[in-house]
Amino acid sequence: MARNVSSQRKIVNTVVAWTIGILIFFPILWTFLTSFKTEAQAIASPPSLLFFDWTFENYFEVQARSDYFKHFMNSVAISFGSTLLGLIIAIPAAWAMAFAPTPKTKDVLMWMLSTKMMPPVGVLVPMYLLFRNTGLLDTRIGLVMILTLINLPIIVWMLYTYFKEIPGEILEAARMDGASLAKEIIYVLTPMAVPGIASTLLLNIILAWNEAFWTLNLTASKAAPLTAFIASYSSPEGLFYAKLSAASTMAIAPILILGWFSQKQLVRGLTFGAVK
Amino acid sequence: MNFKPLLLGACSAVVLCGIASAETLTIATVNNGDMIRMQKLTDDFTSKNPDIKLDWVTLEENVLRQRVTTDIATKGGQYDVLTIGTYEVPIWAKQGWLLPLDNLGPDYDVNDILPAIRAGLTGEDGKLYAAPFYGESSMVMYRKDLFEKAGLTMPDAPTWDFIADAARKITDKDKEIYGICLRGKAGWGENMAFLTATANAFGARWFDENWKPQFDQPEWKKTLDFYVKLMKDAGPPGASSNGFNENLALFQTGKCGMWIDATVAASFVTNPKESTVADKVGFALAPDTGLGKRGNWLWAWNLAIPAGTQKQQAAEKFIAWATGKDYLKLVAEKDGWANVPPGTRTSLYENPEYLKAAPFAKMTLDSINAADPKHPAVKPVPYVGVQFVAIPEFQGLGTAVGQQFSAALAGQTSVDQALQNAQQLTTREMTKAGYIK
Repeated sequence: MARNVSSQRKIVNTVVAWTIGILIFFPILWTFLTSFKTEAQAIASPPSLLFFDWTFENYFEVQARSDYFKHFMNSVAISFGSTLLGLIIAIPAAWAMAFAPTPKTKDVLMWMLSTKMMPPVGVLVPMYLLFRNTGLLDTRIGLVMILTLINLPIIVWMLYTYFKEIPGEILEAARMDGASLAKEIIYVLTPMAVPGIASTLLLNIILAWNEAFWTLNLTASKAAPLTAFIASYSSPEGLFYAKLSAASTMAIAPILILGWFSQKQLVRGLTFGAVK
Repeated sequence: MNFKPLLLGACSAVVLCGIASAETLTIATVNNGDMIRMQKLTDDFTSKNPDIKLDWVTLEENVLRQRVTTDIATKGGQYDVLTIGTYEVPIWAKQGWLLPLDNLGPDYDVNDILPAIRAGLTGEDGKLYAAPFYGESSMVMYRKDLFEKAGLTMPDAPTWDFIADAARKITDKDKEIYGICLRGKAGWGENMAFLTATANAFGARWFDENWKPQFDQPEWKKTLDFYVKLMKDAGPPGASSNGFNENLALFQTGKCGMWIDATVAASFVTNPKESTVADKVGFALAPDTGLGKRGNWLWAWNLAIPAGTQKQQAAEKFIAWATGKDYLKLVAEKDGWANVPPGTRTSLYENPEYLKAAPFAKMTLDSINAADPKHPAVKPVPYVGVQFVAIPEFQGLGTAVGQQFSAALAGQTSVDQALQNAQQLTTREMTKAGYIK
């Protein structure tokens, strides 16, 4: 039976939800608004929220100074490439852990996660040398590889939790009907886990899109993604907030739009298994 | 017959040949106004050197420093020309990471480079390891209108006592006018640049001749006491988080009576497009205390060639173009003399057109000339550098000490405690690094 929610309670819930939503969204909104101010207005105190002379000057300036499209394409290639490669590796791995566990499975999972516990700068020099010696510096392939490795533990963990929710009997039934292992994973498991896989995919694209340590340190110009594009607009000498805001807005817009359109999938995936 | 594939093949062959014959230089640079202008003038260089293409990597200073250091230390070879500061040049030259600039061409006129700037870029072997793109010192910028109202006259070479007195007189906290804005944000390039230079004027030094830290000496206590008290009486609220940009914003919006900082700020505060006080700004030398040293620093952004590059000749051509005399003329033609990168060449300061367009030119030159990186302090020191100590450990040390001093300014610790902590941590690090035996 559905719970009876009084209208008063509903109003309180709505207000609280909106307040939290606005609080979380505020920095992005502020960046967006600042991008339409002049540099002098961007630092004015007290700041004006809406009543300033709106200008597109910063966007023109950013466009004139750097090649947005090149950075954008690099970001797309790196984030989608690394996530897809990660999924190809992680789906079989998560299958094995969820449906054919051994006494050591939990340890393996923990070990995978432990690789995330080290601050990345700790391995910067060895990684840099490896990249230099293999000619991977400033290449998209190099970045796809490293971001795959970085996000793999999260992908495996997420998929593992989703797969655990799927009854093993269904896979058993498929096996009884003579499905091979590959067929079992591709035709039975994957379709059932689509919401989970979709949200893993989206979350990892977002993570890879925003990754700003390796993408900044292992690139120079050819493979530099949007993180490098943003980093070029901060300055120790002179005013830069408005231009930086314009660059940031341009950098996050694509991923924001993607997130908007796939909101339903994302929410469904994240709450997958919670309600049966 | 279908000619399309043939045509396509021919086209790509032509394109490939084109790419193969042009050499691409990758240039790493900081995102400062003068560098951005250079980037926009790329066409002038490529039209004179059609066989060289330029690929720019522009980054924020700290990101750039981290990335370029990683690359050069591992001989990664990603960059052909680097933009580095006066702090890095002597350290990197000593490590053998930079190529000497011996072949900048007959027209380059090395002797025209300002002697103080050149001294900081010359290695122990007497060779030039980086060419200055623009140079700066520090000076006092003040509001002429507020001084007039308070009945004060700023001398060309003020003392710290005068500055402190004037700052307290001008301050009107009800109207949000603060007598003086100084750096307080922790960092070796933020508050410690200012405080190290100021300490020189107060007779203090980082190390004695045996590399023993000197924060337990009375000169440092005097410096820090003076600074903290002055900022409490006449500084803006929250000064411990103010760096160059924050103070710039305060000054431009008319909230500071005085600001002591980089000479490059002069062109920002006098720019009517950005500054509400553009026509009311005066300049003076950084203050002293009568001990013979002024608290003005010396910095330059320079172009250098990393030892790992395969394109030395093309890189030399580019550096000769970007730091040569003709570049200054080019900028003057396109954007006017006031926007020419300052502080590198003697000839610029003899050019009447420049002197007319830049009211801060004389003060900039005097400030640069007054700085002596080889003898920065009143007492003898074992290091080079006015507002920094040119040893690899200084980035970490300077920032750690800066955090102590920033905490003292914020009132989180006492001046004595901050100095004691600074002395302890510096002694520990210097012992670990082998300077103190």
